[in-house]
Amino acid sequence: MLTRRFLLKGALLAGCSAAAHPLMNAVTFAAVPGDRRLVVIILRGGMDGLDIVQPHGDPMLAQLRPGFAIGPAAGAADLDGFFGLHPLLVPKLMPMWAAGELGFAQAVSTPYRDKRSHFDGQDMLEAGTGMDVPVSRIRDGWLNRLLQTLPGATAETAYSVGEEELRILSGAAPTMSWTPEAWLGLSSQGRRLLESIYHDDPLFRDAAEDALRMTAPEAQMDGDDSAPAPRRRPAKPEGVKVPGRDPLAAFAAERLRGAARIAAFSLTGWDTHRSQANALRRPAEQLAAALTTLKTELGPVWGETLVLAMTEFGRTARQNGSAGTDHGTGGAMVMAGGALKGGKVYGRWPGLAEADLYAGRDLMPTADSRAYAAWALAGLFGTPRDALERAIFPGLEMGADPRFLA
Amino acid sequence: MEFSQLAQVRFGFGPAPGKPGPAPGPADAETMLATLAGPDDLAARWPGMTTEQALAEGRAFQEARKATRNASPAEAEAAEAALTAKKQHMAGLLRDNLQLSLARAVEAPDGFRERLWAFWRDHFTVLAKRRQDVGLSCAHGEALRPHITGNFKTLLRVAETHPMMLIYLDQTFSIGPNSRRAQKRPGRGLNENLAREVMELHTLGVGGRYSQADVRQLAELFTGMQADSGEDFTFAPNLAEPGAETVLGKSYGGDPARLEDIHAVLDALALHPDTARHLAWKLAVHFVAPDPDPALVNAMAEAYAAAGGELMPVYRVLLTHPAALRPQFAKVRQPFDHVATGLRALGLDGAAVMAWDERMIRALALAPMRAMGQSWLVTDGPDGWPEAEAEWISAQQLAARINWAMRVQTLLGLRLADPTAFAEAALGPRLSPALAQAVPRAETRAEAVALVLASVEFTRR
Repeated sequence: MLTRRFLLKGALLAGCSAAAHPLMNAVTFAAVPGDRRLVVIILRGGMDGLDIVQPHGDPMLAQLRPGFAIGPAAGAADLDGFFGLHPLLVPKLMPMWAAGELGFAQAVSTPYRDKRSHFDGQDMLEAGTGMDVPVSRIRDGWLNRLLQTLPGATAETAYSVGEEELRILSGAAPTMSWTPEAWLGLSSQGRRLLESIYHDDPLFRDAAEDALRMTAPEAQMDGDDSAPAPRRRPAKPEGVKVPGRDPLAAFAAERLRGAARIAAFSLTGWDTHRSQANALRRPAEQLAAALTTLKTELGPVWGETLVLAMTEFGRTARQNGSAGTDHGTGGAMVMAGGALKGGKVYGRWPGLAEADLYAGRDLMPTADSRAYAAWALAGLFGTPRDALERAIFPGLEMGADPRFLA
Repeated sequence: MEFSQLAQVRFGFGPAPGKPGPAPGPADAETMLATLAGPDDLAARWPGMTTEQALAEGRAFQEARKATRNASPAEAEAAEAALTAKKQHMAGLLRDNLQLSLARAVEAPDGFRERLWAFWRDHFTVLAKRRQDVGLSCAHGEALRPHITGNFKTLLRVAETHPMMLIYLDQTFSIGPNSRRAQKRPGRGLNENLAREVMELHTLGVGGRYSQADVRQLAELFTGMQADSGEDFTFAPNLAEPGAETVLGKSYGGDPARLEDIHAVLDALALHPDTARHLAWKLAVHFVAPDPDPALVNAMAEAYAAAGGELMPVYRVLLTHPAALRPQFAKVRQPFDHVATGLRALGLDGAAVMAWDERMIRALALAPMRAMGQSWLVTDGPDGWPEAEAEWISAQQLAARINWAMRVQTLLGLRLADPTAFAEAALGPRLSPALAQAVPRAETRAEAVALVLASVEFTRR
């Protein structure tokens, strides 16, 4: 029986044969798809875009959220006379804003509506599909479908960073997945023996080769160990735990300085139902650390990089009874990087009056967050609009170019 | 390779150590079938969560959350603390469920009931998307368990009408567009999710002979089935779509809407020849090979049809058909199986696993299994865990298996005296010359044992 899932798959396969499907193509390290880099950060839990990028110029905000710290008087940094940056992000991110390397899209959302479930919302965000296909039917992610169109892409082109392999990168195109926390607690003799016992099984041999390479002493952050191989198992790479340095971002940066062009990881903790001022502390500081780590550690490559930090939905316009916010609809997207035309809040502001809200409770989305992602791919990788609207984000109408790339 | 050796690998969790050499496996298929037909000792010894208990947990969670919303400023802090404790308690239910599932697997004499249980839980995958449903996601598996040796009709009915399934696949959101409720309060409508997955995943299979119209009609017939995190299954005729529905050419129901008609369509789906094929194929792929011999699939499907959906005759074919007993090991053990098989090989029994504290179950099973790619009871979608070998052996996942092989020894304080003997006991005739050579060359006993636990022949089955 024909379902949308299989139609989608069929369409993709047809598209791939034209673009030299990476599975059928031997590893071609030479043909790297350009110099541009893309980092996608999934902000899990539903980031409150109205608090991170506060529309303090809209008088309704203070009325809807009387208990919240809003605007420059409460420690936020004014961005453009209307929007302000949340106080927790000010110290680390205002310099980036001033350098034109930080921007936002406000009042955006994926097509996900109404049920406001984290699981479904995140699945849809990573699948890149719309409400016309049940999200449980889609197994591959939009970054993977992008890879299938990139000539010269190899498994090294895209990294899913962190313990869980991200759905946004899963699919037919080979990708790498690694967490900087993984280490092989084996002596060098143990490592050699592993190679010998996996030698005759290609599945294990290839996986072990990658794992051994990734955990080779020189690949680790504090890898200046030139001493003879330790007899006891090597320690976990504790060196990654530096305050203000995000280990996932640092690992992503290391890969992106090399052959990788795309990296994705997720940051959690945005589900701020209660005491939002406190609850935001950890995730906001983590996001700021991730962005500054990327900038610092990408070095010259930062100029070629775009970072998109996206969440599954925004939160209610009104504060709730426990000084927090509940699951909503429209929200904000954080953008950064030298490839960004930053210093600007993009998007059309819908207003916060009762009649302007979605379902009388949430910020009304005025743009599909996928459209921003699609224009980013078009600009960074030259992906044709047809592929973006049909294969990568099926059913998307990209609309006019918001022109946010430098 | 003898049946007893092969059966431990293919249908169980590998050999346990005996004195000397490995403990003997099941003598023959008849012994295994008799054990399976006998009492479920392990469920009696380590009982899991019942649906009633899970519903009570769901209600208690909802009440704790309500308390934080209604709390006066003076009570707020205490209410918050109570809710936080409740959240941890719910996460603990998942951990408890993993612990007892592991204990049963490690203890089981031939492991076949536990492997079948895992198969059917996966076939009817559910997921608690909300914390209040975590208990129900555990109870769903327990509800299936008594029926995995009975008739598929019963198994199907129990699986689909359980509150967890109705919540997971959005049946609780679905109401007849022309139902009495919809006429009084328009807004919600039909949700096809459960109907589609019943046909595509649970019965006929994606290649089955059904159309979108059948899905829609089945969804209409399903309206009225309701449940909630704290409320058991009910049939609410005021939510049901009026009139009869035609599914696969046969008319069901009418006015008034009755639960019996839903039972009737489930029975018909269970006995459909496409369902027989789909289940036979899935069992063969899961237990035997990624591309099972069609003769095996046919024989299982025929046994199913001839016995009117009884499952024991299908298992008999699985345990006796020559195509199921070839000594080729192309599958990769899923992380749960891998951990259970490893613990068993290291000489643990179920009681030892049940004695672990929270920290141990997390460090020895929950966290490493997640790193190997299997978060306990948290799947990506209703089609459950992937069968393809490559899905389980990425660099990161293999690294997690290797690390587990080292850590399990440290955490359990194990010092195995003779790694070579361990390799022989754990792998028997499957021990390859390459591994046999590598084991004595390791620098430490721990690394030698880890090589065995992370080896190709230990990971494949």
